Amino acid sequence: MSAVTVDAPVGEGRIGVRANLRHIGALARRNALRIKQDPESMFDVLLMPIIFTLLFVYVFGGAISGKGHQHEYLNYVIPGLLAMMGMNIAMSVGTGINDDFKNGVMDRFRTMPIARSSVLIAKIVVEMGRMLIAVAILLGMGFLLGLTIHTSVSMLLAAVALAMLFGASLMWIFILLGLTMKTAQAVQGVAMLVLMPLQFGSSIFAPPSTMPGWLEGFTKYNPLSNLADASRALVNGGAVAHSVWMTLAWTVGITAVTAPLAVAKFRKKT
Amino acid sequence: MTSSKVTRTAGAGRVAVEVRGLVKHYGETRALDGVDLDVRQGTVLGVLGPNGAGKTTLVRILSTLIAPDAGSARVAGYDVVAQPRQLRRVIGLTGQYASVDDKLSGRENLYMIGRLLDLSRKEARRRADEMLERFSLTDAAKRPALQYSGGMRRRLDLAASMIGHPAVLYLDEPTTGLDPRTRNEVWEEVQRMVADGATVLLTTQYMEEAEQLANELTVFDRGRVIASGRVDELKAKVGGRTLQIRPADPGQLAAMARMLPQSTPDPETSVLNVAIRSDEQLTEVIGRLGAGGFAIAGISTHLPSLDEVFLAITGQKASVPAQDRGASELEEMVA
Repeated sequence: MSAVTVDAPVGEGRIGVRANLRHIGALARRNALRIKQDPESMFDVLLMPIIFTLLFVYVFGGAISGKGHQHEYLNYVIPGLLAMMGMNIAMSVGTGINDDFKNGVMDRFRTMPIARSSVLIAKIVVEMGRMLIAVAILLGMGFLLGLTIHTSVSMLLAAVALAMLFGASLMWIFILLGLTMKTAQAVQGVAMLVLMPLQFGSSIFAPPSTMPGWLEGFTKYNPLSNLADASRALVNGGAVAHSVWMTLAWTVGITAVTAPLAVAKFRKKT
Repeated sequence: MTSSKVTRTAGAGRVAVEVRGLVKHYGETRALDGVDLDVRQGTVLGVLGPNGAGKTTLVRILSTLIAPDAGSARVAGYDVVAQPRQLRRVIGLTGQYASVDDKLSGRENLYMIGRLLDLSRKEARRRADEMLERFSLTDAAKRPALQYSGGMRRRLDLAASMIGHPAVLYLDEPTTGLDPRTRNEVWEEVQRMVADGATVLLTTQYMEEAEQLANELTVFDRGRVIASGRVDELKAKVGGRTLQIRPADPGQLAAMARMLPQSTPDPETSVLNVAIRSDEQLTEVIGRLGAGGFAIAGISTHLPSLDEVFLAITGQKASVPAQDRGASELEEMVA
């Protein structure tokens, strides 16, 4: 072992950008290795898009677009499900971070010379990877059933990117929840309570024009509607600007409020 | 009882950890109630105390996990409150609960720590393998830590703490919950680290552990330091070890007791208890028994338990009123 000094060296100990990226990389690798060790944790990502697509297209598709016209609903609901996928995956971050704190390794991270935010960002990086897989399966499923792109591949990719960006901002909310609540079960319970009305009270599954006035009003301000409308317009054509800008505004707003809160909570958690 | 403590000359007297008037309250409970202590560079300070005495709170403050309510603490010159980032560069922490990722293999755990400490990929791999080798974990390097035994996990935890060559190492009850054999393994590792020059703050509930590893000792009770000093000084205060001798012929108990003035025979168990204050005295007692031609069936040394240490220390402080022991139960909740 090298010689040890007890004198305080000069330098203020700030963590540079490159070091920060290296730390995030090492921590993301850890999260990925945990998934490898526990493949069951990928079930949601692998199966959810398949089950949801089949369920919505064949159960609701006939009712909404008429029997035998399910494929019309397909082009309506797949872009909507794109929005929903982000939300459901984001929820698992909350339960994951809560579980992490049961493990002493969090104490080790917090006594190391790394930015504390890097632990949370690494979590988000890996969840974005999971989300990308879910989106790929969802689109694969859609194409298999006859989804057609009326715009272009780059517009489709833009829709995917928008959904992922919005999903990342939601992750901060769920990280905050995960750090605040005592158990993973409680996180899941609260998340479901918030998610269900947001998902169904939106334009994801059915056109808001078919809803009563008060609900239609709610859907208009529901960010998930904005995202669903944006991704629908990006895939099927139509006016894009308003819904895309609204989604981006929500994304920035949610991140700006919840990310600092989550990092502060993480720093203070004992 | 051999003592493998290393008496240091180089750097002795320079203070690596300096704690002054440290206070931490949890509601009504005073987890730390004005603690002062110093750990000299290259030495091991044992912090001895029961559950709830404030030992873990101290370690958590010194490792920047929680902030103190009052007082100050400096580690390797850095202030725990004002310079947490710099401070984290020079410390290593091994907690009561192994802080490794149990889903990752031993090697991946150490590699990750190396990368977080800004080693290059190659260097992090090299250092991980070096540590695995040193802590006898090479065979288990690829298995997830979940499959490790308690002792292996604790060793992996120690290895993780050592990756960055920390100047100051905190060991928070490193052998609590381990069986005696595993405990000895951990002790050996700690002794090696100290021989390599590490400064260690060790918390423990066991007098035996403190005696094995520490140069100096601070005794905590209910968030306060109730005694401190060199281990031998403190031992002298509490009466040190007791030598228990069992004669082959119980009838010789009285004759043996006459020969050793400071001894007390216990006819019920046919054991002669001799208070021992130094290794020399131990040798002398055995020598005299041998010279006297006594046949001995069994011999063992007994260290004072934490309870006996407390009795001895707080007994001397009996003049101070309102030292009711009942209050410590309350503090166990904060531990």
